[in-house]
Amino acid sequence: MAHTQGAYYVPHGSHWPIIGSIGLFSTVIGAANLFNGGSGITSTPLMFLGLAIIIFMMFGWFGTVIRESVAGTYNNQVDVSFRMGMMWFIFSEIMFFAAFFGALFYARMYSVPWIGGEGHGGLTNYFLWQGYTPTWPTNGPGNIGGNFETIPAWHLPLVNTLLLLSSGVTITFAHHALRAGYRRALLVWLGATVALGAAFLYFQATEYMEAYTHLNLTLHSGVYGSTFFMLTGFHGLHVTLGAIMLTVIWFRCAKGHFTKDNHFGFEAVAWYWHFVDVVWLGLFVFVYVL
Amino acid sequence: MAHAAVHDTHHDAHDHKPEGFLHRWLFTTNHKDIGTLYLVFALTMFFVGGSMAMIIRAELFQPGLQLVQPEFFNEMTTIHALVMIFGAVMPAFVGLGNWMIPLQIGAPDMALPRMNNWSFWILPFAFTLLLSTLFMPGAGPQGGWTLYPPLSLQGGNSVAFVIFAIHMMGISSIMGAINIIATILNMRAPGMDLLKMPIFTWTWLITAFLLIAVMPVLAGAVTMLLTDKFFGTSFFNAAGGGDPVMFQHIFWFFGHPEVYIMILPAFGIVSEIIPTFARKPLFGYQAMIYAVASIAFLSFIVWAHHMFTVGMPLGGELYFMYATMLIAIPTGVKVFNWVTTMWEGSMTFETPMLFAIAFVILFTIGGFSGLMLAIVPADFQYHDTYFVVAHFHYVLVTGAIFAIMASVYYWLPKWCGNMYSERWGKIHFWMSVISVNVLFFPQHFLGLAGMPRRIPDYNVAFADFNMISSIGGFWFGASQLLFVGVIVHAVFFSKNRATTRVWEGARGLEWTVPSPAPHHTFSEPPVIDDSMLAHGDVTH
Repeated sequence: MAHTQGAYYVPHGSHWPIIGSIGLFSTVIGAANLFNGGSGITSTPLMFLGLAIIIFMMFGWFGTVIRESVAGTYNNQVDVSFRMGMMWFIFSEIMFFAAFFGALFYARMYSVPWIGGEGHGGLTNYFLWQGYTPTWPTNGPGNIGGNFETIPAWHLPLVNTLLLLSSGVTITFAHHALRAGYRRALLVWLGATVALGAAFLYFQATEYMEAYTHLNLTLHSGVYGSTFFMLTGFHGLHVTLGAIMLTVIWFRCAKGHFTKDNHFGFEAVAWYWHFVDVVWLGLFVFVYVL
Repeated sequence: MAHAAVHDTHHDAHDHKPEGFLHRWLFTTNHKDIGTLYLVFALTMFFVGGSMAMIIRAELFQPGLQLVQPEFFNEMTTIHALVMIFGAVMPAFVGLGNWMIPLQIGAPDMALPRMNNWSFWILPFAFTLLLSTLFMPGAGPQGGWTLYPPLSLQGGNSVAFVIFAIHMMGISSIMGAINIIATILNMRAPGMDLLKMPIFTWTWLITAFLLIAVMPVLAGAVTMLLTDKFFGTSFFNAAGGGDPVMFQHIFWFFGHPEVYIMILPAFGIVSEIIPTFARKPLFGYQAMIYAVASIAFLSFIVWAHHMFTVGMPLGGELYFMYATMLIAIPTGVKVFNWVTTMWEGSMTFETPMLFAIAFVILFTIGGFSGLMLAIVPADFQYHDTYFVVAHFHYVLVTGAIFAIMASVYYWLPKWCGNMYSERWGKIHFWMSVISVNVLFFPQHFLGLAGMPRRIPDYNVAFADFNMISSIGGFWFGASQLLFVGVIVHAVFFSKNRATTRVWEGARGLEWTVPSPAPHHTFSEPPVIDDSMLAHGDVTH
């Protein structure tokens, strides 16, 4: 069992959580006012102020944890708690993506065919959407957003798949280098991972530009556009976060943080990176190829 | 058995209570203080949501529009539900988990104490946001707590605020659940094997898993509502190839596990209390755990029984009907085990036991009406009637809330060090248990006679039962003031000091620490005495 023999560690109080709550509160009030068409200090400025507070909170909170960790305050049991925390956090992220994948599958397997009169949708089709033939991709019987074309799977998305898969390999090399104590190789491989992530994001942005400017594929393009942009968009957001986390870890490695046996910060980010990688494989197959 | 734990002496600044109000409550990392915050918050929200229920029952006292506008009535039903679910029942359980899980497993605190603080301190902000919608131009949400589109998207400025409030509650719940799992799996004292854990801790472990699995799905669902309203997506718009019914599927994939999130810890509480006052080990400890796990598993595959009338293919209706009825099996196991635990026990009927027994009987009534609702052709008649309202109030009020009240009476002496007034506790119980049945039982008849839910006016044919129900409602609401009185008296005025064990039949580690439990407990891992564990089933 993973029970540590030795003193339990209970951290002292912290003012960061309440600062985080204030940041979150300001962000969402600002965003809600912005969405409602508000202008002035309580919309965009408040939202960015809130985001700044959240970023400030993260620097402060993570900084405290890093200083405590480097000072050797934590024991094995704390390490295991952190691991479990990260693992279950990633599980919650998987379930968040599951909701959007579920929407995609439901639209493709049920709602679009039913609108087109298949299955038990005959009357719906007859009375509401006569003349609509279900296809995929579709923007529905209302032709919402106008005619559009899709991103061909075997061009940029394939390149992006290769980039992310390679980044999964390079981060593993970096991990091996860390465990072997090769600090230089660690920095090179970790840097390569960040670069691959950045390249992925660059191509993803190119793809979005292409979709918006040439293909008329937008967030408004019916259920195809909705699922396409929400899935790839949330994934891109997670890649961005992962890349920022990797960059932070790179600087920590450069400063000499982490030892051969004690580098959970590194591993947590590596887990997260593999998670965005696996989500991408799901996207590649179900959003682009099929 | 004896793991003599080696201790070095570096205890940081955590040996004493922090000084000053801010440090004590705002910056706290102490599971007991955070538990107290959660419980006080939940009690506050119980009265906020409860006063909305009073408005609903006042309007329904007689047919016709008396007191409020229909729009305001709809706001009341919507926000009453959101406040009671996310503000009262769930935080109460998290508060109980915070207080009791470390005490039950012999841990010094929660695994991630700072995150624990954040889990709580998001909630007051989230509910400020939610309740502020009542005062917004264009009024608050009126489409029901299930937020079905397109109706929910037709609200005014409140839509975005409600959605963000739900996001914040979700963040809070997920962090709370992660913390509870990490605590239970990583912080148990040596010798506290999984199958020796108190059953309340077990039910929370399974509940926490449900929370992490489904709260993100709710976040996804409301995010889709947000983008449909503000960014032109077509998830729930048939003209764009989407489907409003898709929202219902995603929502209830969250929603059904959610209702078990609100009852599994209640099962745990009742499974702690009945053995204590029957002075017998819990009958079928392991069966109880497997039953809870089965219920949790089934909760993921029955969601569409909330949507039988929406127009699903016949195969779907049949599947969801049969899968739903399966839940009766593990639930029956639990009910029979509680009864068998009491069988030939030397029972006494202190207030916690009274609430626990009422739970067993009244929750079972709610379970039976649930079984009736599970039958598709019958549900076509009951759907969206007061029968459904009666059903889920039996499982949530006489189920979840009664269990929470039972647990407060049970553990309050451990928390504050004083005994509550048994006389007033019993008065509170009898007032509650009678009034709650006056309140909700007639609603079965109303529903079977066809009275729809979520309406401010009704046919005169329903007048008598509505008046009876409203009288029960006011009576039940007023009775809860007694609850506050008993708590305030016990915490601040009672001279009757609690012993360490508090209850003669109590078993488990939480009863080995002094009453009130000191600010820090188990800074050294306790030695587990198997014969003192709650269920006494450890030899198998």
